Amino acid sequence: MRKLGLACLLAALCMGGGLGGASARADDFSGLASPQFDDVSASITALAANGSAQADAALQALETHHLFSGADGALFIRAGEVCQNARTGEATTCPEEGLKPVRVNNRIRKALAGVQAVRELSAQQPAERIKAAETFYARHDAAFLPALDRALSSEKIPAVREKLMQAHAATVLAQPPAEGAQAARLKAVGFLADVGGLEARGLLAGVAANVGEAPEVRHAAQSAVSRIDWHLRIWSVLQNAFYGLSYGSVLLLAATGLAITFGVMGVINMAHGEMMMIGAYVTWLVQQGIQMTVPALEPFALLIAIPAAFVVCGGLGVVIERCLIRFLYGRPLETLLATWGLSLVLQQVTRSLFGPTNIAVQTPAWLSGSLALGGLDITLNRLAILVFAGLVLGGLMLVLRRTPLGLQMRAVTQNRRMAALMGIRTPKVDALAFGLGAGLAGLAGVAVSQIDNVSPNLGQSYIIDSFMVVVFGGVGNLWGTLAAAMALGMGGKVLEPTIGAVSAKIAILVLVIAYIQRHPRGMFPVRGRGIES
Amino acid sequence: MNAFSCQSARSFKSVIWTAGLVLLAAIVLAVASLLPESSPLHASAFVVSLAGKYLAYAMLALSVDLVWGFAGILTLGHAAFFGLGGYAMGMYLMREIGARGAYGDANLPDFMVFLSWKSLPWYWCGTDHFAWAMMLVLVVPALLAGVFGWLAFRSRVSGVYLSIITQALTYALMLAFFQNGFGFGGNNGLTDFKDILGADLHAPATRAALLVATGIALAASLLAARFIVGSRFGNLLVAVRDSENRTRFLGYRPDQVKLLVWIFSAMLAAVGGALYVTQVGIINPGEFAPANSIESVIWVAVGGRGTLSGAVLGAILVNFGKTLFTAWLPEFWLYGLGLLFICTTLFLPNGIMGLWRPTRKNDPEDITPEVSAPEGEHP
Amino acid sequence: MTEALLLDVRDVSVTFDGFRAINSLSLALKPGEMRAIVGPNGAGKTTMMDIITGKTRPDSGTATFKGHDLTRLDEPAIARLGIGRKFQKPTVFEALTVTENLLLSLKGIRSPFAVLFARQSSRERARLAELLSLTRLENVANSTAGDMSHGQKQWLEIGMLMGQEPDLLLVDEPVAGMTDAETMATADLLREINKTRSVVVVEHDMDFVRALGVPVTVLHEGSVLAEGTLDDVSADPRVIEVYLGR
Repeated sequence: MRKLGLACLLAALCMGGGLGGASARADDFSGLASPQFDDVSASITALAANGSAQADAALQALETHHLFSGADGALFIRAGEVCQNARTGEATTCPEEGLKPVRVNNRIRKALAGVQAVRELSAQQPAERIKAAETFYARHDAAFLPALDRALSSEKIPAVREKLMQAHAATVLAQPPAEGAQAARLKAVGFLADVGGLEARGLLAGVAANVGEAPEVRHAAQSAVSRIDWHLRIWSVLQNAFYGLSYGSVLLLAATGLAITFGVMGVINMAHGEMMMIGAYVTWLVQQGIQMTVPALEPFALLIAIPAAFVVCGGLGVVIERCLIRFLYGRPLETLLATWGLSLVLQQVTRSLFGPTNIAVQTPAWLSGSLALGGLDITLNRLAILVFAGLVLGGLMLVLRRTPLGLQMRAVTQNRRMAALMGIRTPKVDALAFGLGAGLAGLAGVAVSQIDNVSPNLGQSYIIDSFMVVVFGGVGNLWGTLAAAMALGMGGKVLEPTIGAVSAKIAILVLVIAYIQRHPRGMFPVRGRGIES
Repeated sequence: MNAFSCQSARSFKSVIWTAGLVLLAAIVLAVASLLPESSPLHASAFVVSLAGKYLAYAMLALSVDLVWGFAGILTLGHAAFFGLGGYAMGMYLMREIGARGAYGDANLPDFMVFLSWKSLPWYWCGTDHFAWAMMLVLVVPALLAGVFGWLAFRSRVSGVYLSIITQALTYALMLAFFQNGFGFGGNNGLTDFKDILGADLHAPATRAALLVATGIALAASLLAARFIVGSRFGNLLVAVRDSENRTRFLGYRPDQVKLLVWIFSAMLAAVGGALYVTQVGIINPGEFAPANSIESVIWVAVGGRGTLSGAVLGAILVNFGKTLFTAWLPEFWLYGLGLLFICTTLFLPNGIMGLWRPTRKNDPEDITPEVSAPEGEHP
Repeated sequence: MTEALLLDVRDVSVTFDGFRAINSLSLALKPGEMRAIVGPNGAGKTTMMDIITGKTRPDSGTATFKGHDLTRLDEPAIARLGIGRKFQKPTVFEALTVTENLLLSLKGIRSPFAVLFARQSSRERARLAELLSLTRLENVANSTAGDMSHGQKQWLEIGMLMGQEPDLLLVDEPVAGMTDAETMATADLLREINKTRSVVVVEHDMDFVRALGVPVTVLHEGSVLAEGTLDDVSADPRVIEVYLGR
């Protein structure tokens, strides 16, 4: 393989050398000294083809801003006070005057990148060659056609060949149609149709719209465009579905706690969003604390923040229940007002302590970046939240089904009076349920801190959506909460591309309002004769 | 034998007193604002518009009290109706600007020129006529309340569920009005008004007249509300609140009863919103924020739920407090408001008015519809 | 024969989440008749009342009252047809005074607008006086219903039912928690009411049913187990097994 790469390199050098030899005095270098960017660019291409050691050195110098032009087209590579003639490589003294740097603009940079890619085409590592082929695919510049042909003639690795053919096809199609090129262009259309993607679509659409093109080619391009469109649409639907799932999982995290307190105590906790906000701030504090004390643990700060947020918010929840909520039993509407007041206080406390602006919660390296899955772009942090939400829901179900506390909570949800008569200490269950709900909000806060701005207002942006989930899903049924969260998350994201983000939100709100009016107890109501309707 | 209870008779009297006081205060302030500035009794334009704002808020509070205090519907979305009324008035005031806007277009408001719209959207038609705009002030919120209430009450959505969806309603409206394409000036809303019915909005006489108009509207609303809650219908409202099932088995339709008071309340709020806009000089989507609706509920709670006078008192007191706080200790206002919510619900369930009235076992606060035990449903 | 029936419930079934609360139940009542309905817990007594008053819609079967199809009407419509219902737990409007409670119950104005502009007529005044004396609540006419004793609330509710002037009265366990003397007084009251109206009483208390001295329908698992005089049904071995003999 290395041998092969070397052969390529040699071939390229020989051909370049041949060319260079023929026009040695026409000077591939002279364009560099010109004030015209066109000339500079042309010169760069020529030098790249030239391939001599001096050409490479000159290009490198240009890239690093070390190339200077002197009077009457002399070129110097200057490092500090030392100069060398760019054409010959001889060391000389730097001229006293008239030494101007060769200017580099975007166009020149692009040309240089092309040169770099040509170099990489003959690199030893197949991965680098693939990268180079991709660069040419994206640029489909006719100037590189010979380089591509060259590379194709010697390339043996199928994966690289594939990429090179794509780049070749794109480059061919990007040229204006010429007599006799029909068959080649048709082949290229077929190739690009298989490649797919926006880039190919753009090229093919250009071909289809070009009246100078042979009808046969235009027709093929047209059908290729519609095929690509269809694929793109499917992928975009899937992508939106992923966003929907991701938003749904955030909603789920935010709403489960709310659903628990509402289910068990019949209390809507308006300060629930602020519990999330506090969870996010705890995440930040944990990160800061670990940074200052044990920097080695920094990558795991987020994992440590999870139990921390749960404990802090859960504890706060118990305190709130003991000091406020329990005095308002049987008055759900008053509780709603009191917890709203509490949410204002919590916001202001946070604002006073941490300032009104966003704080920067870090995303650990292992959660940054994304995963390409076909045409999908799956960001790791969102994926992690999806998994986290699933784990939290699963854990919660275990707590509810397998622990005495869960049993008692379910009993109180279904019939408070009977539960009390059977010896369940309902005040304790209430306090723990409220604490659990607040703790879950804290977990939601940790998750949200990874994808959203963390400021004292964080809670408010989630609270209404979470309410919607709870009333939509029905009380006392976690499956209902799950279904509602996913339905609202997906619904919003599916509508978004067609009618816009805000309209989608409005549409979802109106739909939920309409739905609640038809099914006043949500999708999964607790039924039975004992329930007051 | 007297069919009216002592309770009703008592609230009658205080409501008449409140209406009279409100009107008197408005007139006195209006007159004071017309005195020469050198006079020690002169009221500044700031004070006049502040007073007008308080009275407009008091109308909102009154409308909330009607549905919450008497029909037991905790609305967290009444700012929607207040805002709609405000926008309807704002549309008229925008059209009154005419060619005096920054772009000098005689027909299109500035923001539409800015968005390079060519003609008025259909719903702006006729808003240059005061009478039509006033009709919109009343009809649009009434229609919205009607449709929303009809659906909600018919399906027996109640309690916390109803509260949450009223909140969603105003939230959805807020999002909608924030959009430029919605045709109401987007983020900035409607502002830079010049005059109303040909009178300069910034002239002291116009401001004084608007204050008096607001005073009259509030007093009239108080009397109308008093008529409603003092009538047999008022008893029926309380009956629906306490036991919806019982009224149903008596042959009443609780959904219609609630709908009627709900629509009336929405219209009161809308009139308040319309008057608010004339005196504050701006209406923007922020008025629809759910927080505003909830704040108006606390005004009622502070003053005393189910008393009518208490709503007015609470709205004026809390907003006065807000003005003072935000002037002196702006950072502490949210603490104050938050603690007000908490303390009122914990320690003052009957509000300030409840301090005068002897607390009775069965005041509205003790009976919320959600917790009334299932009626005869256990075999 | 059918035309003569006041209430005719036939083959009614209703299911809650798979649980058959009422299973092909039939019940017929002639004008002026009083019927006692007994049955163990979960026999479907309350659900049957719910069906008659429109609170629950049956899955199948018919229910007619004075020729009107009850399954198509809602609670207010059925109440206006002339069916009154007394709940087991006294249900009055606690924040209103006794007089206001009674005034709302009086037969007549029901539309919200009419109620808004209603003024007390002399006829209504007379009816109120009548009901107050019937329920012996004259002394507390202007006190709030919520302040009254359990017994007074029971009487007030009965007064409200009388104010409705129904043709059929459904009474759910009227003597639960009452002393023997009160139980007998209530039996007397129901018999008195029965002189002008039809009555269906749901009750557990056998002494009370005996005191009423009316035909008895025994429900079990959502359908009629036996019907007849109390002595007849008490002798029925199936009844003894499911209800009396436990």
